[in-house]
Amino acid sequence: MLQALSQLSWPWRLTLGYLLLMLVLPLAALIAKSSTVGWAEFWRIATDPVALSAYEVTFVTALLAALVNGVMGTLTAWVLVRYAFPGKKLLEGLIDLPFALPTAVAGLTLATVYSSNGWVGSLLAPFGIRISFTRLGVGVAMLFISFPFVVRTVQPVLQELEKDVEEAAWSLGASRFQTFRRVVLPQILPAVLTGVALGFSRAVGEYGSVVIIASSIPFRDLIAAVLVIQRLEQHDYAGATVIGTVMLGISFLSLVVINLLQAWGSRHET
Amino acid sequence: MGITIEGVSKRFGEFQALHPTDLTIPTGSLVALLGPSGSGKSTLLRLIAGLEKPDTGRIFLTGRDATHASVQERNIGFVFQHYALFKHMTVRQNIAFGLEIRKASRAEIQARVDELLELVQLSGFGDRYPSQLSGGQRQRVALARALAVEPQVLLLDEPFGALDAKVRKELRKWLRRLHDEVHVTTVFVTHDQEEAMEVADQIVVMNQGRIEQVGSPAEIYDHPATPFVMSFIGPVNELSPRSQLSCQLPEVQTGPHQLFLRPHDVQIEVNPGSSGVSARVKEIIHLGREIQAELVLSDGGSLWAHLSREQYANQPLQVGQQVYVRPKVVKAFPVKKNDKKTEMTRVPVGA
Repeated sequence: MLQALSQLSWPWRLTLGYLLLMLVLPLAALIAKSSTVGWAEFWRIATDPVALSAYEVTFVTALLAALVNGVMGTLTAWVLVRYAFPGKKLLEGLIDLPFALPTAVAGLTLATVYSSNGWVGSLLAPFGIRISFTRLGVGVAMLFISFPFVVRTVQPVLQELEKDVEEAAWSLGASRFQTFRRVVLPQILPAVLTGVALGFSRAVGEYGSVVIIASSIPFRDLIAAVLVIQRLEQHDYAGATVIGTVMLGISFLSLVVINLLQAWGSRHET
Repeated sequence: MGITIEGVSKRFGEFQALHPTDLTIPTGSLVALLGPSGSGKSTLLRLIAGLEKPDTGRIFLTGRDATHASVQERNIGFVFQHYALFKHMTVRQNIAFGLEIRKASRAEIQARVDELLELVQLSGFGDRYPSQLSGGQRQRVALARALAVEPQVLLLDEPFGALDAKVRKELRKWLRRLHDEVHVTTVFVTHDQEEAMEVADQIVVMNQGRIEQVGSPAEIYDHPATPFVMSFIGPVNELSPRSQLSCQLPEVQTGPHQLFLRPHDVQIEVNPGSSGVSARVKEIIHLGREIQAELVLSDGGSLWAHLSREQYANQPLQVGQQVYVRPKVVKAFPVKKNDKKTEMTRVPVGA
């Protein structure tokens, strides 16, 4: 084994070492630490009603946010690729803002706009719709931070899509909508799914902005990442790692599922 | 009438892609739009298809005014240079697309697709994806897809432009045969005069957004209407009016003319007693079918001559050799002041 390792070229060795240090070791440590509590205890912490509700809030809200951005991001990419308008460069820059902005700042700005006396929140308040300190707020934060992913994955694919393929569909009698649904969408679907997957993972891992806009009350808008921090604050280190391990498992499973979807979406490429 | 175009023009920003143009294409004919890039030939084709909207004029398809009809309503078949196949669909699904849009029945689609696969000689390829086909096969799928909807007009934009020389030649012949079988009014765009000559019944020669001449391949070659057509269809020597070869022509005495001489209309003699203009052989190139000689006239002008293999075998030339040159046929186009349009006169020389 060691001998085989010494025969590897240096880029290989460097990559392996890096992956070991940055990915494998921390994950192994997390799993090892969580398993010290024993199976029965692990199961009890992992299936605690507060934890179950936190998983549900986290993963379902993240999935919804990623799907909404799948639609809106595709639309935005379409507008950016197909239309020329003044201020386009500025808009291009703005889209990346959620990447660059510290998440706490994002939470702060969102709270300003969506709290019940904020610009948007105050308009919705008379209808009994509250965004901040509710699950809706968690969703808004997740929408914000996962928005750029779909735009950035779909845009280059749309740019490469040849106009004559659409024109061919029109000449065969397909309306613009039929052309989009039957010709354009299938070709950009793998990119949309990639964007949704990235956005989903980002939303699942989000902490900074959610902790500001949500009340983090169990069974209401408490997300798993915040629950981990709460456990740590109570010096319940084992509890925190158990919930962390469960999150790791679910994230991993969702990524596998999304990868399968992507492979299915690009099955015609050889 | 197949296609009638009345006063159609198109401008892209500052660029006048097509000046007001009239053209009639008879039903069932196979017509080539021939010209260099930027001549407006693709624009004209896209206007007929409805992929562009004309600034002025009207377009009639099979007698009906289609000027304001959308692409979808025109019932045309369009074939693109880069195939434009739907990559995520199999060959069958590609060909069936237009029929599915028209809500044809499953059995009808099945039968029609089988028939078309047979027609384009791709019967075993129905379940392949476009990425698994060669360029020539892809273009045949594109053609089958366009024909599936039984279009009233088939339009092809540089259909062989992306293919290599051998496949291109095969597909040309094949398109000609296909047209003889299917008889749909067909218009194709090309910049290759040989392709236009080989495939089309009628050639429309275009230049700088205008039609220069419409005619059969023979008419276009033998009776070019303008200096542009003369020099675009086949190789030419342009003679200076002061050249020894042309100064005795009667036309040159009557006014300014543009003079052209085809390389195969150059007669070369090696005998010092002959009456031609003296010249020297500068270079000899074997083109396969014929031999091309570059000659330098004694007044400094240069001239290309094409000799058949037979002529060359009877009278071999050497670089540096002194020869005597006579033009068999010179074509003269009078140059009118303030008007670029010229008429052609045919001048036999030294008969």
